[in-house]
Amino acid sequence: MIEREVTITNRAGLHTRPAAALVKLAAKYRCEFVIVKDGYEINGKSIIGVMTLAAEQGSTLLLRFDGEDEGPAAAEVAGLIERGFDEV
Amino acid sequence: MTDERNEITLHGIAASPGIVYGRAYVFTKHTPRIEERAVTADEAEQEIARMEGAVERSEKELQKILRFTEEKVGSQKAKIFEAQIMILMDTVLFDAVRRRIRKELKSAESIVHKEISKYQQMMLKSPDEYMRERAHDVEDVKNRLIRNIQQDRLISRFDSKSIVISELLTPADTVLFSRNDVLAYATDMGGTTSHAALLSRSLKIPSVVGLKEVTKHVQQGDWVLVDGYAGTVVVHPTRETVSRLNKKKREHRQFEERLVQIRDLSAQTTDGKDVRLSGNIEFSQEFRYLSQQGAHGIGLYRTEGIFLRSDGYPSEQAQYQEYKTIVEKAKPYKVVMRTLDIGGDKVVAETHEEENPFLGWRGIRISLDKPEVFRTQLRAMLRASAHGDVGIMLPMISGIKEIRRAKEHIAAAKEELRAEGTPFDETVKLGVMIEVPAAAVLAGDIAQEVDFLSIGTNDLIQYLIAVDRGNETVSSLYQEFHPAVIKTIHHIIKEGHRHGRPVSMCGEMAGDPVATLLLLGLGLDEFSVAPVVLPEIKKIIRSVSYRETEEIARHVLEMKTEEDIKDFLRVNLHSMVPELLLE
Repeated sequence: MIEREVTITNRAGLHTRPAAALVKLAAKYRCEFVIVKDGYEINGKSIIGVMTLAAEQGSTLLLRFDGEDEGPAAAEVAGLIERGFDEV
Repeated sequence: MTDERNEITLHGIAASPGIVYGRAYVFTKHTPRIEERAVTADEAEQEIARMEGAVERSEKELQKILRFTEEKVGSQKAKIFEAQIMILMDTVLFDAVRRRIRKELKSAESIVHKEISKYQQMMLKSPDEYMRERAHDVEDVKNRLIRNIQQDRLISRFDSKSIVISELLTPADTVLFSRNDVLAYATDMGGTTSHAALLSRSLKIPSVVGLKEVTKHVQQGDWVLVDGYAGTVVVHPTRETVSRLNKKKREHRQFEERLVQIRDLSAQTTDGKDVRLSGNIEFSQEFRYLSQQGAHGIGLYRTEGIFLRSDGYPSEQAQYQEYKTIVEKAKPYKVVMRTLDIGGDKVVAETHEEENPFLGWRGIRISLDKPEVFRTQLRAMLRASAHGDVGIMLPMISGIKEIRRAKEHIAAAKEELRAEGTPFDETVKLGVMIEVPAAAVLAGDIAQEVDFLSIGTNDLIQYLIAVDRGNETVSSLYQEFHPAVIKTIHHIIKEGHRHGRPVSMCGEMAGDPVATLLLLGLGLDEFSVAPVVLPEIKKIIRSVSYRETEEIARHVLEMKTEEDIKDFLRVNLHSMVPELLLE
């Protein structure tokens, strides 16, 4: 199991578009992927779950990966968030 | 054709013009009845198949709505439906539904309802307005799914041409209905800036919103008359009413045909005084309609739309893109952009409750307290100025100090852009909305600080007469033609001109035909109005001489009551522009 703490850096936060990009990327990996925010856990492969997080700019998320491909999954997903979803 | 029952006239807000007579299709947004039926293990598999079929059908429906919206009104508004489609493709969500159906042995719709409502509840708890709105999207998807599971008759499948009567129409409803032969819309809720109102205007379907209880008075199949000019709905109209409204419809049609002829002409009086006639808009999608109506630029671009649509505050880049689009579309005419005017009756991004929001934290007050938000917006506006003619306008100014502080921010933003080598227009003009009585009194001093003044009548009148328009007990005291209002407008224009500054008006009064002669005569330089009324105002301006209106204004300034003033203006308007159709 790998845990990574990330901060939302893009201005708009985790709104619909970034949420979709995140879920799409996570779906490529077989490992389980959970996002924890303020003690509240959701499945990171579910768009409706990610939308529910209402994670705005500056909020901290704990990402938990568990499964055979957890290494590359953690690197890719955390990278996407840290790059601000490649938004300008 | 007509009904024996008593005629009832309901008053609402005119959202999209036109007169239509037809049968009602009452569209109730009832939450589908959810049966929590126990099923056997075999039946559970059938339930799952029903659920899967419903997901597929719902997605097809939404794809259709999405394509149709993109075609008809542009991709920005279509995004709402993209999010709904993504939810339908959420495999985690539907795996959970499948598991629960098998485990709990309950009907598909009850599990879908429980599973999706769980997320919806969480979204509704969010203090963020954007999140709560997304909860409505989730509600839409849920109801669509359940309806499809129950193989309900699709709401949009009504046979004959109908007038749609509803409590509230979601953007999806409006677009889907317009595929069919919708004659008009009439709804209990909503205002002129609601999504449904904007869409129905761009789809050219007459509509009246904010009728409060039209769904209570109208039964399925009732004969109904919708007047999108006056903002009224007549239920069971008598033969006389129908023929009166038919006549009005013909007159309007003829009048509108004549108005088309003056669309590309300037707003010039018969004795050669040129007035600028521009429009008020909130979304770039409204621009097409505005230019069809013959506007020469935008006198008020409300930037709140982009703030309310994004979560938190929109980025500089997102704002810049939106502003640039509008500036390029408006070329060669000017776009006056108002900095964020959230607060009062509008929604602030943070939850912030005030005893007296109209006298509270709003407009420039918020901008000056949140310099990072203000600076971002100013940078985006300045960058947009590189693409055309831009004016920046500050709302809710109550004194000189606020203007000077705002100017410091503008100067700093310009300095940053210069240092970065980012292009902007060095000569971009700065203006102030005159809507607080203190600013009206100081109009002369303010004029010396800025390049132009713009009178915001809606708030100015409320503050001047100390009456809340939304409070029904006192709302009749809200008088556009109160002598104090007219003397104040006179003072603002005079003071602006004394310092060589143009004065415009962007409040509702600028779009009231009864006020046009008076405002012209007081020397107003620019009328910025709602697109709907623009051709009519142009017609009035082109039909009269400035000389005469000056005479009228002088006379009005002597009058003591609003009743006298209104009567006098109506009589004059009627004799000077006889073909005008007044409500």
